[in-house]
Amino acid sequence: MSFLSYAWNWLKEPQQWHGADGIPARILEQLGYTALSLIIAAAIAVPLGILIGHSGRGAVAVVNLANAWRSIPTLGLLVLLVITLGFSPLSWLVPLVVLAIPPILVNAYEGVAGVDPELKDAARGMGMTPWQQIRKVEVPVAAPLIVLGLRTGAIFVVATATIAAYIGLGGLGRYIIDGLATENYGEVAGGAALVVVLALAVQAFFILVRRLVVPVGLRQQGRPS
Amino acid sequence: MMWSWIPSNAALIRQLTLESAYLGIVPALLGLVISVPLGIACARWKWFYPPVLSAASILYALPSLALFIVLIPYTGITDTTVIIPLTLFSLCVLVPNVVDGMRSVPEPVRQAATAMGFGALRRLVQVELPIAVPIVIAGLRVAVVSSISLASVGQLIGVSSLGYLFTDGFQRDFPTEIVVGGVLVIALALVCDLLLVLATRLLTPWRPRRSRRAARDLAIGQPAAVLSGGAG
Repeated sequence: MSFLSYAWNWLKEPQQWHGADGIPARILEQLGYTALSLIIAAAIAVPLGILIGHSGRGAVAVVNLANAWRSIPTLGLLVLLVITLGFSPLSWLVPLVVLAIPPILVNAYEGVAGVDPELKDAARGMGMTPWQQIRKVEVPVAAPLIVLGLRTGAIFVVATATIAAYIGLGGLGRYIIDGLATENYGEVAGGAALVVVLALAVQAFFILVRRLVVPVGLRQQGRPS
Repeated sequence: MMWSWIPSNAALIRQLTLESAYLGIVPALLGLVISVPLGIACARWKWFYPPVLSAASILYALPSLALFIVLIPYTGITDTTVIIPLTLFSLCVLVPNVVDGMRSVPEPVRQAATAMGFGALRRLVQVELPIAVPIVIAGLRVAVVSSISLASVGQLIGVSSLGYLFTDGFQRDFPTEIVVGGVLVIALALVCDLLLVLATRLLTPWRPRRSRRAARDLAIGQPAAVLSGGAG
């Protein structure tokens, strides 16, 4: 049997679609974890990245952080936190936020640091205050990269939240982990199919956001993506 | 930390480290083998690049655990089930870097090679690819580091690696084991990263050694491309 027939046979059962461990509830949980972690991470990393990009201070630290970040094994971090702190919202929220910060921070930094120096000079020459330069020139020009950072952060959060089912988190990862434990491949496949669809939907959302935030004047010269 | 646990399990730790190295390095190398011709094609025919990049970034967005599970009916609980998704992820970092590397070849250099009588293939192998090496390896560094750390997720479907220390440590409520696993994953990634930095130096002896600018470029690679790819 193929993956899709396993997934379909499980998904078409009406009992999967009701109750606290039904599919709609699990999708909402997963979206909730993703949105909450991403909002907290963005609230920390976007302003910080913009500030570092604007001032140029701390740039080396940011680049090193980005390189070190990828080597952290998420499964290890999750299990370590849960057995030292016990299972609480902190034991999954902390790793999700911490792991989403680097891509958001680095892209916000790169975006602002990469603004054409002539553009910055022009802004200063027009008499803009530093705050106006950031708000009216640097952030709009950096917007595509800032959104790219949020998108990468979202990819990471969705993936890690799925793995976090192993330490007891709800969401769609539950089906995968529970199905593996009971050797019910249909449930595992159904869960994986839902995770794939959700991940694609989150990507589509960010592609849409990117379209909306790019200033009209810059729309012709964006990178292909 | 229970330090005595380490020497008494040295054989297990060594074996798991080797498995992690295998599951991390093979996808990055396979990704390189696929992305060099693909990237060269994308650099040559511009219309080809956007669809390839979109496909790679869509694949990259899929959580590793879900992809492992999709493959189980076809490849079973084997290394292949982990290697295929990690290879696909590495393309998202490697293809843009190969393309940028090819584009970094200055037009006068290309013309000089042609004027010296180099054919297209010889110019590619002896001139363009060597110039692209630093940017390509910057991508390879990201790919190998991410693959090593992601390979441990394969443990959840039963493919052995250092991830075993995470699940076993969790089930036994034994932090030492988890910390050892985490430190080894990070150390393994750093060693591979350093080896690739060395490889860049050996492969591009004409580049200035002490230039800070060069070191920084090498460290960042191609920022936007590198960071749009990475881990999942």
